[in-house]
Amino acid sequence: MTALNRRLVLLLPLGIAGVAGVGLYSMLDRMRSGKFDPRGVPSALVGKKVPNFNLPGQGDGPGFGSADLTLLGRPVLVNFFASWCVPCVAETGVLMALKQAGQPVFGVAYKDKPEATGAFLRRHGNPYVRVGRDAPGRVAIDFGLYGVPETYLIDTGGIVRWRWAGALTTEIVQQELMPMLKQLA
Amino acid sequence: MIPELGHFGLALAVAFAAAQMILPLWGAQTRDIRLMAAAPALALGQLIALVAAYASLVWSSVIDDFSVLNVAENSHSLKPMLYKISGTWGNHEGSILLWCLILAICGGAVGLFGRNLPSSLRARVIGVLGGTSVGFELFALLTSNPFLRLWPVPEDGRDMNPLLQDPGLAIHPPILYAGYVGFAIPFAFAVAALLEGRIDASWGRWVRPWTLASWSLLTLGIMLGSFWSYYILGWGGYWFWDPVENASLLPWLTGTALLHSAIVVEKREALKTWTVLLAIGTFSLSLSGTFLVRSGILNSVHSFANDPTRGIFILGLLALVIGGSLLLFAIRAPVLSASGLFSPVSREGALVLNNILLCSIAAVVLTGTIYPLFADLLFGAKISVGPPYFNSAVLPLVAPLFLAMSVGPVLSWKRAALGPALLKLWWAALVAAAVGIVAELGFHAGMAALAFAAAAWLVLGSFAEIVQRIRLFRVPLANSVSRLAGLPLSVWGGAVAHAGMGLTIAGIAGMSLAQSTIVAIAPGQTVSLAGYEWTLVDLHDEKGPNFNARVADIRVTRDGEEVGMFHPARHSFTTQTMTVTETAIQSSPIADLYAVLGEEHDGTAVLRLHYNFLAPWIWLGALVMAFGGFLSLIDRRLRVGAPARRAVMVPAE
Repeated sequence: MTALNRRLVLLLPLGIAGVAGVGLYSMLDRMRSGKFDPRGVPSALVGKKVPNFNLPGQGDGPGFGSADLTLLGRPVLVNFFASWCVPCVAETGVLMALKQAGQPVFGVAYKDKPEATGAFLRRHGNPYVRVGRDAPGRVAIDFGLYGVPETYLIDTGGIVRWRWAGALTTEIVQQELMPMLKQLA
Repeated sequence: MIPELGHFGLALAVAFAAAQMILPLWGAQTRDIRLMAAAPALALGQLIALVAAYASLVWSSVIDDFSVLNVAENSHSLKPMLYKISGTWGNHEGSILLWCLILAICGGAVGLFGRNLPSSLRARVIGVLGGTSVGFELFALLTSNPFLRLWPVPEDGRDMNPLLQDPGLAIHPPILYAGYVGFAIPFAFAVAALLEGRIDASWGRWVRPWTLASWSLLTLGIMLGSFWSYYILGWGGYWFWDPVENASLLPWLTGTALLHSAIVVEKREALKTWTVLLAIGTFSLSLSGTFLVRSGILNSVHSFANDPTRGIFILGLLALVIGGSLLLFAIRAPVLSASGLFSPVSREGALVLNNILLCSIAAVVLTGTIYPLFADLLFGAKISVGPPYFNSAVLPLVAPLFLAMSVGPVLSWKRAALGPALLKLWWAALVAAAVGIVAELGFHAGMAALAFAAAAWLVLGSFAEIVQRIRLFRVPLANSVSRLAGLPLSVWGGAVAHAGMGLTIAGIAGMSLAQSTIVAIAPGQTVSLAGYEWTLVDLHDEKGPNFNARVADIRVTRDGEEVGMFHPARHSFTTQTMTVTETAIQSSPIADLYAVLGEEHDGTAVLRLHYNFLAPWIWLGALVMAFGGFLSLIDRRLRVGAPARRAVMVPAE
């Protein structure tokens, strides 16, 4: 081995570590801006038609079905939540802000008792135009739900355009949801 | 007041560590004896400051001082005392502080026990450890300070993650961290040697005990972690190739390689450059493993605390420590001259093979762990690399490793012949083949039979060196016995550690033959599994200090005789609204009987029952391995400067 080759070989570990470092840095950087999510699970539903379903209502209120999502003539959100889920409490503020901005949100109470859902909505406010009850979790399976909370954006043609697994935050609404809504409007 | 003292202690430690880095390194460069002599005192100063800091965190947790944010978030007044103490390292901030404390203990240990080191080498080693400490203590102080206050003071704490409220996990992190951080000492020795531009046999002799100690602790730590996931997660498995598990396995693999290559440096002054690289690499893997998990990049069932903004700080630190040392390596390694020559078939050659195989396994595991991340980053593809990849990629590498593990120790240094060495092992090979055939006839499982044969080969082969050294059956038996008494402990240590590996392999092979079933039965009903009758006697509620429990009573009988009563349970923790399964396990040398209580429907309870053949051997083997490490460690020859034992003259009769 010539002296130069030996030098190059000895530089190799530094090179590998450097490449790994750059890669990790860009991952962290994108994680902070929300463009990279190692925990994110892709939804098979995005770009496809919303699954057929019909859900009973909460209390005296009417339920809703897949057909109701396209009747408003504007894109709607479907939000899966449960009273027993802590991140769902965290995102109620964001959902209430969406309601005030005039964005219709359909709520699906996932595997929840009616009294518990009612108490949850009374306590944290009701941001939903309608609430459907998915006590056995069947509709959630059709949606390929990863966990609660989870939010789907459905366009006027009934096609799922976007999905967010986890609690919605103001940043996500501004950086991801708003551009999507503008695009669809 | 006490938390402020801890805060101050942490800040003081940063100051001490900075001085510990700058003064001795500068002194070693300028040959200033007074500056070099300051190194041990500074290291001890840093250690005392951190002990005070950690003690005040423990104190705050013990007296339920919920004005401390960290205590309020992770503790609860009803939590048992053991978990109030262990809770201090069960969360991100506290574990970083513990990490720093152990690093300071390493520096203090070199200061105290390194009196016989050349003063410039000692100054540099302590200086490098100081530099590493500065970085991580700043990380603790600036981004993960456990002493921050909370106002208004909450009435009670939020309680610790119930999964962590377990006696095994209480002692797991300190042992694991001691193993991880212990590799900082070989690392510091490697960097110091690069600065000095000189490595000789005595360097190898100094590095080896430190490596051995951290390797043994890391072995114990991994064992405890695996045992914890076996009985707490209740999935019946013991190793999931989870990123956190891989993060602990990687430094173990390269650390094992380091352990062996340091022997070559010590005995033959060869493989110097490679050993230095291994020392740097092992600590780098320790660091990146733990810290990448913290940053939330690596996705795992085990990570409880993470945050991407802290990740940038960590990455900067890693770049300084790892990048800096590798840069130094690239510049200075050509200075290190190799002297010892050896032929491919020799003890050195076998150790090189060991290194190649261990590092290849490490590369395979590393690839499997980070490939999904890079695939996501570069191609946007979501891939999950699971146990099938690891099992099939690791197997072809461990098979030759096991074969060579028994042959290596009977080869002579410098040049050896393979034939005679293999002849010394004929009896081990014979027994291994017999074990394999019996296992195949008994279980009809080819892979498991091969693994049992490998286990027998390892356990018997590991004692071949001892048999050879005492010249068993070739000299009179009394002569052999007296030779046995005179064998150095490090020979015993090596043999015991290799045999421990064999026991673990036997356990893993046995577990592949485990039987399990999931049944839904009502009280009074019986199911049979693996020759045992499992009867659900009763289901009832119990109350614990900070949880409510649902307990099943299961009577297990075999041929009408009672084997034991099992009480698997589900604990619902009141504060964290989380349910944890409490597995009921009864171990015997042959197998574990293992029962988990699941959900209940209409008067029936779902039970998961396992018959885990030879499962205890997995952890027993790891214990034996660590014991072998400690056995080597107390060998007097390893302790530099220990006065040679005077031979006692026995007057002839």
